[in-house]
Amino acid sequence: MRDPAFPHRHLLGIEGLSPLEINHLLDLSERYVELNRGANKMSDALKGRTIVNLFFENSTRTRTSFELAAKRLGANVINMQVETSSVTKGETLIDTAVTLNAMHPDVLAVRHPDSGAVKLLADKVNCAVVNGGDGSHEHPTQALLDALTIRRRKGKLNGLLVAICGDVLHSRVARSNFLLLLTMGARVRIIAPRTLIPSQVERLGVEVFTDMTAGLKDVDIVMMLRVQNERMRGSFIPSVREYFRFFGLDRAKLAQAKPDALIMHPGPMNRGTEIDSDVADDFERSAIREQVEMGVAVRMAVLEVLAGNNAAHNAAHSAKGGRP
Amino acid sequence: MSKPAPKTKIAYVNARLIDPALNYDGPGEVLTDGELIAAVGKNLFDGKPPADAEVVDCAGSCVAPGLVDMRVQLREPGEEHKESLRSSGEAAVAGGVTTMVCLPNTNPVMDDEATLEFVARRARQNALAKVYAYGAVTKGLQGKELAEMGLLADSGAVGFTDATRAVADAQVMRRALQYAATFDLLIIQHPEEPTLATGVMNAGEMATRMGLSGIPREAEIIMLERDMRLVAMTGARYHAAHISTSDSVEIIARAKRQGLPVTCDTAPFYFALNELAAVDYRTFAKLSPPLRSEEDRQAIVEGLTSGVIDAIASDHAPQDQDSKRLPFPQAAFGGSGLETLLSVTLDLVHNGDLTLVEAIRRISEAPAALLGLDAGVLAKGKKADLVIFDPDRPWKVIADRFRSKSKNSPFDGRAVQGKALRTVIDGRVVYDILVQGKLDQGK
Repeated sequence: MRDPAFPHRHLLGIEGLSPLEINHLLDLSERYVELNRGANKMSDALKGRTIVNLFFENSTRTRTSFELAAKRLGANVINMQVETSSVTKGETLIDTAVTLNAMHPDVLAVRHPDSGAVKLLADKVNCAVVNGGDGSHEHPTQALLDALTIRRRKGKLNGLLVAICGDVLHSRVARSNFLLLLTMGARVRIIAPRTLIPSQVERLGVEVFTDMTAGLKDVDIVMMLRVQNERMRGSFIPSVREYFRFFGLDRAKLAQAKPDALIMHPGPMNRGTEIDSDVADDFERSAIREQVEMGVAVRMAVLEVLAGNNAAHNAAHSAKGGRP
Repeated sequence: MSKPAPKTKIAYVNARLIDPALNYDGPGEVLTDGELIAAVGKNLFDGKPPADAEVVDCAGSCVAPGLVDMRVQLREPGEEHKESLRSSGEAAVAGGVTTMVCLPNTNPVMDDEATLEFVARRARQNALAKVYAYGAVTKGLQGKELAEMGLLADSGAVGFTDATRAVADAQVMRRALQYAATFDLLIIQHPEEPTLATGVMNAGEMATRMGLSGIPREAEIIMLERDMRLVAMTGARYHAAHISTSDSVEIIARAKRQGLPVTCDTAPFYFALNELAAVDYRTFAKLSPPLRSEEDRQAIVEGLTSGVIDAIASDHAPQDQDSKRLPFPQAAFGGSGLETLLSVTLDLVHNGDLTLVEAIRRISEAPAALLGLDAGVLAKGKKADLVIFDPDRPWKVIADRFRSKSKNSPFDGRAVQGKALRTVIDGRVVYDILVQGKLDQGK
């Protein structure tokens, strides 16, 4: 039977999830936080299952986090790093789906540089798919781990004031995060230069600021986003030093936030570009290391639920097929 | 046409004549004799069609001039796996289209007489429908050096365009217009500023939600506004293809009020669909220009009602499966359109936005007149290019059943009303699903 509290076959994004479903995943994750902190970190929840990490884009952190999560649940894990040349990457995607189906995996964790590519793959494979980041679209496990981090520190999500700062235009982390936070009743501000704010983003329910001092005023959470270096050479931003001056998080700007405001970053950080080392390493206020820890727990919860639903799906499917 | 003309006369009786040239929508008959229309009108035969004519009882269906589709990508030569002259011809006549005008973005590009004449010859041999071609404005569609527009016109090019690319360089466009004006040639622009149009769908909430890079509507608006200045400066005849925004309608309306020699068309995509069609990353809805907001769609309908938009073209852009079964950012632009042009245009009639005569005008007489083609008119002595259609027959678009080689229709699955029943070119029946009524022989 599918998990009635999270009956979805895939986790492709935060969009469309209800507060109850999100809380259910977070509650499950809490259990794994405890497990991971104990001496014996192994569970046998996914014993005998196969998890494939399919990455069409370089990633160390997310892939490692998924891999560790799957291994701690007792699953077999395969890492597939697929090179994507511009000519063949589309073909590779469909071809890869066909190949994977023959291997009968239970869950695929997929990262792809194109928005929507993970959904396309999910439509073609016969197993559960978790989106590990698709283009500038969504990165749902990142939003869940951020939510777990916040919930543990602040005790709630509802009613918090959250600022998401930086390259919102290209960020899947930003999209998944504000969708989740808004769903859970938080208020979200985005702060960035106009060149990095997506068109009509305010229609999704966020408040838009272009000034860090005004935008950080009285916020409970400061989420910094990574800015890709290639966008720093005049196309979106004139220079690193100018960006840091106006949009980098330093002590002076942070002083506008609530005194107990939490600082978050999805990593890897560009120190001196979007965040001052001084702030990033502030043990009291920076939750950056904790985010990584929560990442493993959240991915364990997601893999467990999806693998369970997948088994239920397959059972129902074969029952139907076997009917006289 | 090289094939022998039929010997018999055909009398189309019990018909509802739709003749945009005379603004006529009413009962009538048509008599074809060989390749030509021998007679057309009301009470033509006084109940007694000529004895030597085959009598076709249309049973109240509409008889209209064969449709003229002024924007079709043929893909031959160069990409015959997507569409050939034969497959596009079959698609055309199944949709009531008797004349296609094709873009020069073939491989090789139609920027010299030889390629143009090659296509003309291949079309005569292989295409069911009549084929005319545009010549390129610039060599290789590169937007830099002028193509031989005068010679191409002499070889039969009916207008000039760089197809799916705008002539973006202002100096090149200015000279293209000046040069075209020298020979009174028509320039057709894909109005889109390429440096702004680097995205994959309409900029706005939808694109933001889907994490896709947006093409702002200003890309079209800016190019049109620039071009209006260049038209005023040069006096050349200018046609804007597939306009898609409310501002575009306003710009063209203003230019027309100023007396500039400007016309425009739109495609069914832009009055029948909006950006929501791309939800779930449906690559069939990845079009150029992109599907816009609902407000823009409504403005395009209003532009058709008011007459600012002169014509409707299918913007038929066949793409093979491999080009569309890709992540949205990588998928090719374009939609198949020949087989849905009539039916989706008739939506405008069913919704009360256009009369039936006006709707048919935009896909027959108007584009023919605009391009100076001898088509789109029901009159004695003209070539017998006809479409017989039922304006109300409901059917569902199933792209897999298209005659076109490519099935990439954003209308796939749509319920529509109105269908071509018989298509006649030069008097010959080239498509026929007409079920004839039974004439009351006693009277």
